[in-house]
Amino acid sequence: MAKHHIEATVNGDAVEFLCETEETLLDVLRDTLNLTGSKEGCASGDCGACSVMLDGRLVCSCLVLGCEVSGRKVETIEGMAKGESLHPLQQQFLKSAALQCGICTPGVLVASKALLERSPNPTETEVRYWLAGNLCRCTGYDKIVSAVMDAAATMRKG
Amino acid sequence: MTETNGHANGQSNGHPQGFVGTRQIRPDGVDKVTGRARFGADFNLPGQLIGRVLRSPHAHARIVSIDTSKAEALPGVKAVITREDFADQPSEFIPAGEMMMNYKDVVRNVMAREKALYEGHAVAAVAATSTAIARRALKLIDVKYEVLPHVIDVVEAMRPDAPLLHDDLFTVGVEPKPEKPSNIAKRVEIKVGDVEAGFKKADLIVEREFKTAPVHQGYIEPHAALATVSEDGSTELWTTTQGHFIVRAHCARLLGLDMGKVRVTATEIGGGFGGKTVVYLEPLAIALSRKAKRPVKMVMSREEVFKASGPTSGATVRVKLGATRDGKFVAAFAELKYQAGAFQGSPVQPGTMCAYAPYDIEHVHVIGYDVVSNRPKVAAYRAPGAPISEYAVESVVDEIAKKLGLDPIELRMMNAAHEGTKAAYGPKFGPIGLEETLNSIKKTEHWNTPLRKWQGRGVASGFWFNIGGETSVSLTVNEDGTISLMAGTPDIGGLRAALTSVVADELGVPYEKVRPIIGDTGSLGFNFLTGGSRSAFSGSMAIVEAAKQIKNELIARACKLWEAKPDQVEFKDGAVRPLGALAEKVKPMTIAEFAKISGKLGGPIGGVGRINAQGAGPSFGTHLVDLEVDPETGRTTILRYTVAQDAGRALHPAYVEGQFQGGAVQGIGWALNEEYIYGEDGKLQNAGFLDYRMPVASDVPMIDAILVEVGNPKHPYGVRGVGETPIVPPLGAIANAMESATGIRFTELPMSPPKVLKALKEQGRNKA
Amino acid sequence: MRYEAPESLEGAVALLASAKDARVLAGGTDLLVQMRADVLDPELIVDIKKIPETRAVTEEKGGWRIGAAVTGAELKEHPRLKKVWPGVIEAANLIGSTQVQGRATMGGNLCNGSPAADSVPALIAAGAVATLVGPKGKRDLPVEDVMLGPRKLALERGEIVASFFLPPRPARSSDAYLRFIPRTEMDIAVVGAGVSLTVDGAGIVTAARVSLGAVAARVLLVAEAAQAIVGSRLDAAAQDRLEAAARAVCRPIDDKRGTTEFRIQVAGVLARRAALIALDRARSN
Repeated sequence: MAKHHIEATVNGDAVEFLCETEETLLDVLRDTLNLTGSKEGCASGDCGACSVMLDGRLVCSCLVLGCEVSGRKVETIEGMAKGESLHPLQQQFLKSAALQCGICTPGVLVASKALLERSPNPTETEVRYWLAGNLCRCTGYDKIVSAVMDAAATMRKG
Repeated sequence: MTETNGHANGQSNGHPQGFVGTRQIRPDGVDKVTGRARFGADFNLPGQLIGRVLRSPHAHARIVSIDTSKAEALPGVKAVITREDFADQPSEFIPAGEMMMNYKDVVRNVMAREKALYEGHAVAAVAATSTAIARRALKLIDVKYEVLPHVIDVVEAMRPDAPLLHDDLFTVGVEPKPEKPSNIAKRVEIKVGDVEAGFKKADLIVEREFKTAPVHQGYIEPHAALATVSEDGSTELWTTTQGHFIVRAHCARLLGLDMGKVRVTATEIGGGFGGKTVVYLEPLAIALSRKAKRPVKMVMSREEVFKASGPTSGATVRVKLGATRDGKFVAAFAELKYQAGAFQGSPVQPGTMCAYAPYDIEHVHVIGYDVVSNRPKVAAYRAPGAPISEYAVESVVDEIAKKLGLDPIELRMMNAAHEGTKAAYGPKFGPIGLEETLNSIKKTEHWNTPLRKWQGRGVASGFWFNIGGETSVSLTVNEDGTISLMAGTPDIGGLRAALTSVVADELGVPYEKVRPIIGDTGSLGFNFLTGGSRSAFSGSMAIVEAAKQIKNELIARACKLWEAKPDQVEFKDGAVRPLGALAEKVKPMTIAEFAKISGKLGGPIGGVGRINAQGAGPSFGTHLVDLEVDPETGRTTILRYTVAQDAGRALHPAYVEGQFQGGAVQGIGWALNEEYIYGEDGKLQNAGFLDYRMPVASDVPMIDAILVEVGNPKHPYGVRGVGETPIVPPLGAIANAMESATGIRFTELPMSPPKVLKALKEQGRNKA
Repeated sequence: MRYEAPESLEGAVALLASAKDARVLAGGTDLLVQMRADVLDPELIVDIKKIPETRAVTEEKGGWRIGAAVTGAELKEHPRLKKVWPGVIEAANLIGSTQVQGRATMGGNLCNGSPAADSVPALIAAGAVATLVGPKGKRDLPVEDVMLGPRKLALERGEIVASFFLPPRPARSSDAYLRFIPRTEMDIAVVGAGVSLTVDGAGIVTAARVSLGAVAARVLLVAEAAQAIVGSRLDAAAQDRLEAAARAVCRPIDDKRGTTEFRIQVAGVLARRAALIALDRARSN
């Protein structure tokens, strides 16, 4: 069975890869493109650790097939920092100790960035409901939510 | 929002305070926020094979035969292993975290031998050139099972006519010794005074029975291991684990290898909470790699994590507590029955010891039963055993408060253990912070905020012993004066940040000049695992030792260089400084200056701390929760939550708060929605995050953390472990808040909506 | 396993008819999970997202035609749909998480065949009609007639749901969807209730449709519940009648998500609450 030959853009770079039909975008990112920042926590769309942006839309990469991204734009955690500067969210997470083990952190950061791009001044409730698909077992979410709101304030100041 | 509550017993035990106690950026942080940090499944080796496990579909079955021939013949399959590939192990108990396990059981849990003892029990494993081929190969393995009746519930499993899991299991701890085997592995007991006499003195006795369901630690990262074995038996293993030295010991033992030939690297770990203190995939990956002569990578699916790792016990607990009408507890009894899973070793012993530990009671009698049943073998889960027993006790304490018309905090204060109290389980407490946590809660705005209808407030206290244990660290001064720290306990949640602050303060160097790593088993002396809330406590203690060696060495070198005597110099703020008259002759020399000429003065500069850390101090906590119940649906919303816990001395306050908050939310899940749901067939029905319902961000409010610091006099910085206590009070606090909101005492966890609605409906009160 | 992404409905139909075990891929939020769990192992996956009709949201004859593969997130972002059909939009946006809503579609939600699907009670209450396209051509089917039971659809071999038609809205009409889940998000509905209604200038309900999910083998259109409130102001007595009618039709299962008695009890509560929200919205329309 011949593999699919896919061309797409990942974090601004043109990429080409081969994949089987049943391989998900998460499988492709991790095993073929060596972008292991997106994590597999459940492979069923229930934990958000695999969150990426697909054509500007926040999705679980475990729920997208590799062959579905032909000609599309994918953004992962690896593309969040620009050169040597961390994104304000990344900086705030470090300042606020908004991570403990760090396994959920890439997914949470990608999801939070998507939120702030749509809603630069979210309420605490909005942040919590937006991030409901990102499970965290270590932090109890408190410092994550604070960090997102503090980063939002920083970003609003420009 | 946090507050820090004073220092008792000497601020920093004589140690300089610079970075310790401040909120530094964790040194491993940038890698974690950029996706660069490599967790278990992020490691790969060229030419690696993918390993997958065939698991029993039956809860209890004799394994009659296993035919792997078709699987072995499938192109792409390079190795297949079964029970034949593991030598049997004689019975020998070894410590695993805070529990004990037996190698005879370990080898059988890793790969089933005579029987499959739970749905998900490993029966065979394959290594193949792709995941697809590995999965196909599993389907080609023909296992003949003789299905047996199964039992899961602990009370059912204790019945004399229950299906028997092990015909060589005879209850230990009962007299006379039983003649027939049973599912009751052990009976434990602690006894102080005479409870019967004590109860006679009580004006009020409350007796209740409670039930909890098995719950999982819920770490987001599944187990993963990558093994490569050379032709001479040298083995390299990368695994996500809380204890790579323990992994090495287990694998060496199970596979007949010299420990020195097995080098285990602990990858970054995506959560453990006790569930990653044992081995599952590691021995399989090594055995497969040895057979296939290629590296083998194995990662559990989420379903496998739920079915085949180590969820904690479900239990039945009976509590009987007697008090005078003034509220003094006079007699305390409890009987705990804990599931161990397929092999013995539930945390019933610590559960027994913790049950009444927060209180100073003259007569105490607690009995515990360790019972096997057809579900996965229990592994530790954050303060193992204590959340269950303290849920029961704190519920009864609350009931006593209500019946006597006493404030629940005052009642606890009246009976609180304090310095000098002899705990029922043996030791006399040194300085402890229970009363401080109770007072902290009492002073909060939270405690004093009025409640509305269908809202309730609950408070509960809890405790964990904490441990020290064997620890090795190495401190090296690099030629440019920067410091390399190598610790040996995997960093689950900010350890490196805390230890870096300690090194920086011990040596008087800037925080950024210290770089910590977690060394592999080939690079350091033995380290007991990250568990028992020990890694910051023990690691910092070992660092003090290592730093002392460096300081002494630098002083010796300075004396030689300056032709001075030791009493003419001192080490302070990162340099050796001349004192008195000598100061007019020579200038201070920094660590970096010594490092530059280290070759000339005797060689590389470093220190090693190899200790068996003693003096761990218990950490007490008190939790306060407000919740609201929707009487028409039984749904509960947590409105507000405050944690006050004694950290002794917070090396890094933010990560200590993080432990408080994370444990509280795990407790919220355990109290309200998490449970293992088994069908009549003994199969797990909710083996995924969809139906195993852990709290999501919108389920919980901010968790206010109050840092109490009653210094531990036995630690150079006053540190107490903090990681486990936070999960102990929530179950009781939430059950008490539910009673406050509904007037109904829920004695079964989780307090899920169908249960709550049923109870309200029975009283005709399911209306707004 | 083959993957094809046809660009026309006819192309999709031909592909589906060509393979013994072919599956439609829209959002993939059910299909991929079932494939990973070894529940499904199709030989052909037909991705319909390149077919314009499945992705369009257009006004038609005073109503709205929504492509079967429009995602919940896109529905939420549509400037006008929320005002006309807030219940349908909120239902589609309760499925899973933000990430899932970025992919999940109402077509997939319906054709997955789960009586607990969130968007289906809202669509049924709305009086939505599914347009099916198959080898024999095009036909329309009210949404309540599409799902016959768990994983059982009224679709013939080779037929797909291409779009949904939501009828024109009289003035002072609105809808609402509520579900019961034990957490605040991320659970499958234990009970779902969709209510759509119209009131007159005096506040009297002149038309209503009530639909219940997760309380029977299929999503129910509960005529008796609607009758219970038509002609009333949704006063306390009408609410009681609505609750009783809702409860009377429930034939739920006992499973890991809820007991039979719990579902029956809560079905009444949610029907009432959803009706009150719809009424409130309708009055301001």
